[in-house]
Amino acid sequence: MTEQANPTIRAREVSKRFGNTVALDGFSLDVWKGGLLTLLGPSGCGKTTALRIIAGFDRPDSGSVDLNGTPVVSPGLYTPPERRSVGMVFQDYALFPHMTVEQNIAYGLGKDRRHRIAEALELVGLSAVAKRHPHELSGGQQQRVALARAIAPEPEVILFDEPFSNLDATLRDRVRRELRSILTNADATAVFVTHDQEEALAMSDVVAVMREGRVLQAAPPDLLYRRPADPWTAAFIGDADFLDGHASGGQVATAVGVFPTDLTGRVSVMIRPEAVRIDPDPAGAARVLDREYYGHDQLVTVALENGSIVRSRMGPWPVLDVATPVTISIGETSIFPVPGDPS
Amino acid sequence: MVAGTAQPAVRSARGRRASPVLWLLAGAAVLPSLIPIGLLVWTTITAGADAGGIPVSRLGELAASTAVLVVGVTVGAGVIGMGTAWITTRTNLPRRKLWATLVSVPLVIPSYVGALSLLGAGGNQGALSQVLTAIGLPALPQIRGGWAAWAALTLWNYPFVHLLVTSVLTRMDPALEEAARGLGASRRRAFFTIVVPQARPALTSSMLLVALYTLSDFGAVSLLGYETFTRAIYTQFRGRIDITPALFLSGVLMVLALVLVAAERRGRGAKVLRTERPARSPRIVTLSLRQRIAARVFMGTVVAGALALPAGVLAWWAARGITDNLGSISVGAETANAVTAAAIAAIVTVVAAIPVGVLTVRHPGRASGLLESVTWSTYSLPHLAVGLGFLVFALRVAPFAYQSLPLLVTAYLAMFLPQALGAVQSALRRVGSHLEEASRSLGHRPWVGFRRVVLPVIAPGMLTGGALVFLTTMKELPATLMLRPTGFETLAVRIWSTASEGLYTRASVASLVLLTISAAPVYILVTRDLE
Repeated sequence: MTEQANPTIRAREVSKRFGNTVALDGFSLDVWKGGLLTLLGPSGCGKTTALRIIAGFDRPDSGSVDLNGTPVVSPGLYTPPERRSVGMVFQDYALFPHMTVEQNIAYGLGKDRRHRIAEALELVGLSAVAKRHPHELSGGQQQRVALARAIAPEPEVILFDEPFSNLDATLRDRVRRELRSILTNADATAVFVTHDQEEALAMSDVVAVMREGRVLQAAPPDLLYRRPADPWTAAFIGDADFLDGHASGGQVATAVGVFPTDLTGRVSVMIRPEAVRIDPDPAGAARVLDREYYGHDQLVTVALENGSIVRSRMGPWPVLDVATPVTISIGETSIFPVPGDPS
Repeated sequence: MVAGTAQPAVRSARGRRASPVLWLLAGAAVLPSLIPIGLLVWTTITAGADAGGIPVSRLGELAASTAVLVVGVTVGAGVIGMGTAWITTRTNLPRRKLWATLVSVPLVIPSYVGALSLLGAGGNQGALSQVLTAIGLPALPQIRGGWAAWAALTLWNYPFVHLLVTSVLTRMDPALEEAARGLGASRRRAFFTIVVPQARPALTSSMLLVALYTLSDFGAVSLLGYETFTRAIYTQFRGRIDITPALFLSGVLMVLALVLVAAERRGRGAKVLRTERPARSPRIVTLSLRQRIAARVFMGTVVAGALALPAGVLAWWAARGITDNLGSISVGAETANAVTAAAIAAIVTVVAAIPVGVLTVRHPGRASGLLESVTWSTYSLPHLAVGLGFLVFALRVAPFAYQSLPLLVTAYLAMFLPQALGAVQSALRRVGSHLEEASRSLGHRPWVGFRRVVLPVIAPGMLTGGALVFLTTMKELPATLMLRPTGFETLAVRIWSTASEGLYTRASVASLVLLTISAAPVYILVTRDLE
């Protein structure tokens, strides 16, 4: 990310209620040009509302949104969606059923559109079906038409509302890769909304984790996974085990070892299964408790001497039977203070 | 892993206010619906004290005779409709599909045409009497009075019960019955504890509809000579210069109708219907030989009375007319008038339904809900009362509109707006708000998106609504009778007036023309439903 005067999208302290439901509660976010940012959160966390407020379909109760440094929403100001230059790909695609693919794409274009239509069709690889109607296309094709339609007017940013939820699993992976490369070729800035953690991590430059109407952490996927800002995010992003400990003198002792930390007092040590290495050892104090075998890897649950449990994700072999004694070594961890504890 | 469910595809536009222009258009569209309701309130206040000069004993008589007819017809239609529905969905009677169609078709026969077919069947000159005397049997007496009114309204109203109950019976999940059987219930117990409770809301609801139609009916009771509120209102209206008594009776009738509607609404609230058809078809009962014969006799009797009788009698009289003298039975002018009025009414009503539909679907709320209730309330009022309401309105407020086509069309709009509205609303709901939003995100103003995207997509729904309004307007009798411009005879008016003068030939020809023209919109409606 290069230093720039203004982010493509800047949202500040945006709040929105629907009746008694709080959808957004102090939502703030920066999206920089050229990247792909994903809003990730459980359903009901307000991510779709955030998208709709950026697009202009909903008006926030308070807060502001700037696009390329120009305010589009702030107290007393509201720019309607048609004057925002924000493209949108809907969950149900919202293709106009009575228009052909070509006419759908032409809809957002002014004069001199023949060239742009051809370009957009080529970009998504659908030149062959230009004259067809949406209902004659497969789900994946419809999705690409929706994308082409959104890209054609060359908006500042394209928003995607759960774009893969209507595709089956095998198609989803392929479409995701295609989409990624199309967006790169178009040099577009994109914001995705999804509740699928793997999807978010696999395709994003930046993932913004949302909970209860606000962004908890926005970071590149690897950083988010390895250095989550809080235990909730850690557990939401992927499998994690937490071991309690008491930190003092720059370190914390747990059932699986001693780790350095700046914190003092009660802490919680987050351990990813990938950071847990287990070796069969007749003298080991830990025991294999359970094993889920997936083929490409396996998830082995181990009971420690003190009754705590950690999981290890390891390669497909060796196969460890239940009750096998093992020794454990831990790689990377994240350590969080336990709230409410005087430190 | 935490996995949330997907967001609903269609979000309501909560929090976004509708434009004042939309409110203005929708309000204007609903305004005519307020006229008869306003009249009701006004009448109750002004004429309530002395009952419009009508003796209480007279009111009691009318209430009693009306109540007897309403109860009799409702029970009769309920029994017949439940029977035909169950036989055609849950038994192995051969040619069930054909039977189901045959018992549904009588729905298109207006009650006054049914009454005409009863009048034309009996008596010395009657079609059925002629057949009977030809084979050496005595002729039938003239078919008139209370029993005739009961038969007519039952025979041409039971299809409502049949259709509503059929739709529940076919959509009922067979797994429920199987679960009951698996838990040890006998077939009989499973039927009474599982099937009947699920069908009951539909049965109740359709029977209340039949009660409402019977209460509101004018054509059949007036032709067959059975005194009810509607007939008394018309007599009062025709015979007196002072129409206050007629207005008062209309007020009473409207209140009774609204009570029935409220009861139907309450019953509907308890409905636990599955909206989607389950993957498997329901359990089929195998009939014994004796049961099969009984079922055939039952279905055959219903079809003979409700379909074969009117078809035969009308054809017989029409054929007589054609062989006798072709000139005097021509109904060309009436046909042209009826089609013109119905077409104008259909177009006006559909256009008016669009702003109301957009407002109620895209901006649901208390105010738009109220607007919708007003249209539905007026829809459920007896047409005779609505007609009288508009007549009084014209006489007292807008004399220039008295007996004009615009007034008649306005009354049709007030009476039939919900038919178009329902079709437009369901089309709009299917579109969802995403198409409009997609249009805006592509740089177009809201109006452009509505015109270029929404209108073309809801066009089939508009056609359905228009066809429905056209069909209902063609058949409408009492309001047309009261409000039509002088000399503006429609098919319905011609059928009624000639039938009441005993001119069955001309009435039959007009009826056959009416039924033939009705086939076109029915075809549109049926094929749309199949999509």
